Amino acid sequence: MSANLAGAGTLFRKEVLRFWKVAFQTVAAPVLTAVLYVLIFGHVLEDRVQVYPGVRYTSFLIPGLVMMSVLQNAFANSSSSLIQSKVTGNLVFLLVTPLSPWAWFVAYVGASVVRGLTVGLGVMLVTVWLAPPALVEPWWIVVFAALGAGMLGSLGLIAGLWAEKFDQLAAFQNFVIMPMTFLSGVFYSVHSLPAVWQTVSHLNPFFYMIDGFRRGFFGASDVSPWVSLGVVVLSFAAVATIALRLLQAGYKIRS
Amino acid sequence: MPAIEFRDVGKTFASARGTLRALDGISFDIEQGEFFGLLGPNGAGKTTLISILAGLTRASQGTVRVMGHDVVADYAAARRALGIVPQELVFDPFFSVRETLRIQSGYFGVTGNDAWIDQLLAELGLADKAQANMRQLSGGMKRRVLVAQALVHRPPVIVLDEPTAGVDVELRQTLWKFIARLNREGHTVLLTTHYLEEAEALCGRIAMLKHGRVVALDKTSALLAGTASTMLRFKTDDALPPAMAGQARVTGRIVQLTAHDAGEVESLLAEMRGAGVKVDDLEIGRADLEDVFLEIMRGDSR
Repeated sequence: MSANLAGAGTLFRKEVLRFWKVAFQTVAAPVLTAVLYVLIFGHVLEDRVQVYPGVRYTSFLIPGLVMMSVLQNAFANSSSSLIQSKVTGNLVFLLVTPLSPWAWFVAYVGASVVRGLTVGLGVMLVTVWLAPPALVEPWWIVVFAALGAGMLGSLGLIAGLWAEKFDQLAAFQNFVIMPMTFLSGVFYSVHSLPAVWQTVSHLNPFFYMIDGFRRGFFGASDVSPWVSLGVVVLSFAAVATIALRLLQAGYKIRS
Repeated sequence: MPAIEFRDVGKTFASARGTLRALDGISFDIEQGEFFGLLGPNGAGKTTLISILAGLTRASQGTVRVMGHDVVADYAAARRALGIVPQELVFDPFFSVRETLRIQSGYFGVTGNDAWIDQLLAELGLADKAQANMRQLSGGMKRRVLVAQALVHRPPVIVLDEPTAGVDVELRQTLWKFIARLNREGHTVLLTTHYLEEAEALCGRIAMLKHGRVVALDKTSALLAGTASTMLRFKTDDALPPAMAGQARVTGRIVQLTAHDAGEVESLLAEMRGAGVKVDDLEIGRADLEDVFLEIMRGDSR
């Protein structure tokens, strides 16, 4: 068991080191993208939109973008690492080790959480001077960021196992992850949507992650943070269970 | 307890053209401390068998044990006992040689392993490449790192899947010297290779696979003794008599024929004289493993 723990620790450190060695691409680039969103949308919409009374649009937007960056980068980390190892064939070095499916899961998802939170923190630090964040209920910020990153890291694990080529992974990212993040209320409050779209948004677990995360900044949210917490915990548990089952079955990695 | 135990191992792959039986009832043991050769033509099932041993592929039937540990039920213990040098020249481009070895060691829960890593680097002529990124290494150097990776957790059983394919003579010598020493020190070695002279020189015992079945399994010396032991080699521009042509190994002008004894050599020569075949550069020597291999693969024996 302790050897398994040490092995999982090694895989976790390797996965962190992997993105950190190319931090310009994996951390700096997504921070820049998020900052551009803040500058452009903030500038255009600042005087036209007010979501919560007394909250400037830019202040409203930043937490959403921070969470979007956390989620997208957590997904990118596990999924791109796995597909690269599969395509180049070096996954064999991991396949011949005694590491258990749990060890794989904890290490890959753990490193994804680290990448997601690192990028999120980067976005926050760079945008502090645009709109100093209010931190009304900060514990929600930590809880939703960590759970959201964990869930997307697990989803990345599934996508990385499933995809056989880079373009399949790109399709997963562009047709599943991107729409779900963009339609989750990053740029708006779902209350401003027509009733039908409000209902649709409530079926999207990403909505609860972003709404709960934002709650930590303003103390106001579209739904109760406890409801959001429940939805996010259940979704994470479901995705994690699937990821673990696939690892146990050696899905597309052991023939 | 054998180092490796194959019991009735079978593997079928489903393909578009139906099912392919890659392995069919493979059963044999490799004892601790043996240097064992697994030979066979491409597609015979060697790599599939090794993949099952390593846990990369699951057997459709049968069991495989490494040092008494089942590779499925007790995979962690089985994999700890096993060091695999894969056939493909794969590497992780993010890391240096030393990082690669530390990481591989860590996966097995072996930390603080730098003394052994330094020794491996020195033995395999990699000491001055320790800090180099994997991408900067030549093919031969990458192959050495693969060997070091397989040995980094000090496994008692070492499996080399065609380790010298496309490798220069110098590395081959370094590698075999090192592996032979590990074997003398008690490690069990399982080797697949296309270079039959390597298998003949190194392996105490050999199994030959054909179409997923074991077609020969014996001491190397017994395999050599049990078949036609004399080899007749010459050059000719003429066509051989049809009966002889079927038995011959022809490489350009060079023809090789096997015979069991001197009497058979004489009758072969007489037959060629009778057919008007003009023979140059005639040599008579001992048959090597390649002759045995070809004879078995043709299905003349057993």
